[in-house]
Amino acid sequence: MADVALRKVVKRYDDVEAVRGIDLDIADHEFIVLVGPSGCGKSTTLRMIAGLEDISDGDIMIDGDVVNDVPPKDRDIAMVFQNYALYPHMTVAENMSFGLRLKHYPKAEIKARVTEAARLLDITDLIDRKPKQLSGGQRQRVAMGRAIVRNPKVFLFDEPLSNLDAKLRVQMRIEIKKVHQKVRTTTVYVTHDQVEAMTLADRVVVMNKGRIEQIGTPNELYHKPATRFVAGFIGSPAMNFLPCRLEDVGGTLQIRLTDRIAFALPPARAARYNALPRTDKLLLGLRPEHLTESHAHLEPGVESFDTVLDVTEPMGMETLVYFGLDGTPVCGRVNPNAGAKDGAPMRLAMDLNNMHLLNEATGVVL
Amino acid sequence: MADVVVERGRVARATGARKGSSLRNALGRKSTVAFFLTLPLILLILLLVLYPALYSVHLATLNKAMTKFVGLSNFTFLFKRETFWMVVRQSCIFAITAVVFKALIGFIVAHFVHNIPAKGQRKWRGMLLVPWVIPPAMSTLAWLWLFDPSYSAFNYTLSFFGVGPIPWLGDTFWARFSVILVNVWYGAPFFMIMYLAALKSVPDQLYEAAEIDGANWWQKIWHITLPMMRNIIAITTLFSLIVTFANFDIVRILTSGGPLDTTHLFATWAFQVGIQSSDIPLGACVSLFMVPILAVAAIFILRDVNKRGNEA
Amino acid sequence: MSTLAIDKAGPSRKVKYGSMSRDRTWALRWSYFFLVLFAIFFLTPPVYMLITSLKSSAEISAATNPWWVFHPTLSNYVELLSSNQFLRFFWNSSIISIIVVIVTMMISIPAAFALARMKFWGSATLATGVFLTYLIPDSLLFIPLFKVLGGVQELTGITLLNRWYVLVFIYPTLTVPFCTWIMIGYFASIPKELDEAALIDGASWLQTLTRIFIPVALPGLIAATIFAFTVSWAQFLYPLVFTTSVDQLVLPVGITTTLIKGDVFNWGQIMTGALLGAAPPLVIYAFLMDYYIAGLTAGATKG
Repeated sequence: MADVALRKVVKRYDDVEAVRGIDLDIADHEFIVLVGPSGCGKSTTLRMIAGLEDISDGDIMIDGDVVNDVPPKDRDIAMVFQNYALYPHMTVAENMSFGLRLKHYPKAEIKARVTEAARLLDITDLIDRKPKQLSGGQRQRVAMGRAIVRNPKVFLFDEPLSNLDAKLRVQMRIEIKKVHQKVRTTTVYVTHDQVEAMTLADRVVVMNKGRIEQIGTPNELYHKPATRFVAGFIGSPAMNFLPCRLEDVGGTLQIRLTDRIAFALPPARAARYNALPRTDKLLLGLRPEHLTESHAHLEPGVESFDTVLDVTEPMGMETLVYFGLDGTPVCGRVNPNAGAKDGAPMRLAMDLNNMHLLNEATGVVL
Repeated sequence: MADVVVERGRVARATGARKGSSLRNALGRKSTVAFFLTLPLILLILLLVLYPALYSVHLATLNKAMTKFVGLSNFTFLFKRETFWMVVRQSCIFAITAVVFKALIGFIVAHFVHNIPAKGQRKWRGMLLVPWVIPPAMSTLAWLWLFDPSYSAFNYTLSFFGVGPIPWLGDTFWARFSVILVNVWYGAPFFMIMYLAALKSVPDQLYEAAEIDGANWWQKIWHITLPMMRNIIAITTLFSLIVTFANFDIVRILTSGGPLDTTHLFATWAFQVGIQSSDIPLGACVSLFMVPILAVAAIFILRDVNKRGNEA
Repeated sequence: MSTLAIDKAGPSRKVKYGSMSRDRTWALRWSYFFLVLFAIFFLTPPVYMLITSLKSSAEISAATNPWWVFHPTLSNYVELLSSNQFLRFFWNSSIISIIVVIVTMMISIPAAFALARMKFWGSATLATGVFLTYLIPDSLLFIPLFKVLGGVQELTGITLLNRWYVLVFIYPTLTVPFCTWIMIGYFASIPKELDEAALIDGASWLQTLTRIFIPVALPGLIAATIFAFTVSWAQFLYPLVFTTSVDQLVLPVGITTTLIKGDVFNWGQIMTGALLGAAPPLVIYAFLMDYYIAGLTAGATKG
């Protein structure tokens, strides 16, 4: 087991910077997920940790040693690939033991390790099969088994679940989490799926355009996003962003959304935003679950308004409602019994206690 | 487990000392390894292909005894010989006619094979490719026997229809016909197999969509099959053009160029002039005349191959 | 037909369906009819070889129905297979082809691996060069090669011309470019992650080649081997030019030059020899048809 550290790591391809100076400290035993849209540099970062890509600038340290120039095989890492990369001509056991056999481990130890890993992953029955006789989920387990038998310092996962169907993905997600709880190996996991990131990670690293947007626990990222990118990327359906500005009306701070709609801010929020210039163009960030049907007794800080719904999507335990505010599309989540209908008027409530205020120009959450 | 830990420590320490230089070493190692892996290939191409090719240009400028440089006089000598122009004409007629018929027959046969139930396709395909598998020198002997002036099995059969006897190899027209026939027989299966592979790669939905749009079988071939196979057709045809143009075995065994040199191709005439009559410079000169047409075909093939690479 | 379809939608659909299956049946019948015609055209020479090989000289010169054997005999086979000269041809062809296959693989596989996976200075040019070399026909090179070999022979004192082993050096010029080219295609189709996994597992480049690439690309390897063998076996021009003594000849040249003596054509023996000469490629083809065809089409569909 070991910790991993990245210091101002840069990757340049010719004149394109894929990774633009990343600092990251991964503690021993930690499960870190790198998440972001495609092309954000997350896979490149992982491959640099693996040693499959050269580092253009900066340092990568594993267990305190700079490994910039150490070839992958000497870094003591194991990697699980998106397409599993199982050797098609070898059986499951041979696949798992290939690395150990190359290092000339004693036969008995190889057998013991393979048996143990197979037991852990519940693939003991498949040990003599070839990869093409296995299902996607089974291949995924073998790929993990190949990583586990090596007993490496660090596990690296490169979008390991994206070739599986939705149901299997959920199942394997739980499986990966279980395995990590048992072996406790430091893990770096790359995905573009924010749900996977949230469910697996001790800490999530959100990347965008070659930079780290925010590092934090899943809850921190959800409730305290630092930037508009993180706020919009984490959570589904995505957070609404409504253009707004602040105004003082009779000593209270108001947030104006449209010509017709303006609400007084709750005291805590008013105190926090009071120093902002009133001329700034701002965005109100509000998650769909904080836009619900209105009822008679609203708590303080929850404000109601009337609108006409465009489309509704019944999801079973909730109904998603879509409408426009001054041309901005907005999504809300209401009780399925609240009577939301396509094209019908509805009174909705906005929970300003859970609002976020963002600077439209910089994207920073204020 | 314990020994692994020790090993890790060692690796880590070694790492510190190596920093900075080992990546360059690794890169250096990689291209050095690559160099040694390709070295035999490079040597083979340089010594046994490129050097002889350039050497033949040098040879073509020597006199018959190869003792003195005579410039282009071998070429001008050839230009004045009627046989040379006959060889040029016959090579072109031979190559173009044979390739056209190979392509046509190959396409038609591939279509028929593709048409029948998939179960039987393997058997037919296996049977129809046999001419390509037999070494041409061997199969041409069988043709020679089929064309035999006194025992020709063809003439025996045709005599029942009151035709013939046909002087298959004795008359200029029939000899030219015969060498082309044998070449088509030998090469058409190759086209068939290439087209069949291409036909299989056309998605069935395209034909179903065309059928719904009301296309008849000819329109389906013209608007779907041919455009989808264009690249394979082009590469196969150009490749066959090179091989046919440079053909040696069939003409050599069937006619040796006769009657009266009328079926000679560049290759067989170069062999006769250069090896049999021991005028190596003139022979080299003759074979060099193949270069322009080969080069043109090669350029087009390379373009198509690269284009396909980019599409993929 | 089409007017019907417009006028009465209901019944016309039925009619159309019926006629379509009738069209289909006829198309099938025509397909089989033409396939049989073409099969006759394609198979006549080899079948005729077989027929003639079973006839005695007396029966051939009697000029009876050439398509039928009235007194089948194996005497031609017995005679050829007990002739030291013919066995010598067979032996020469076999040993040359086997050595050429080995040499070809030893050159092609490492080169294809380097060209498919290790981007190095000039690798793209070299790959193109390999393909162009494949397009250079034997008939362009036999005259200069003849002179070059003569020159080497004078320079080193090693006899090369008129020795069977000279062909072992020359044939790879025909086999290596194509084999390298299709192996590049096969290697390139192996996912990049597989060598990265091997790299992380601790394999060196050479181990990646021998333990991952070669086993995974085995079908391609078999196709390339078949190609190299059949090309070596069938080659006619080079041995005709470079070897003349009877004990140095390979099958194709041996049969055409020694069995045809002046104007006396012993067709029974010639056809037997030709059939025996065609047998090894035909046997390989019969057993490994899929690999054979994969190799044929790989040149244009891979790489």
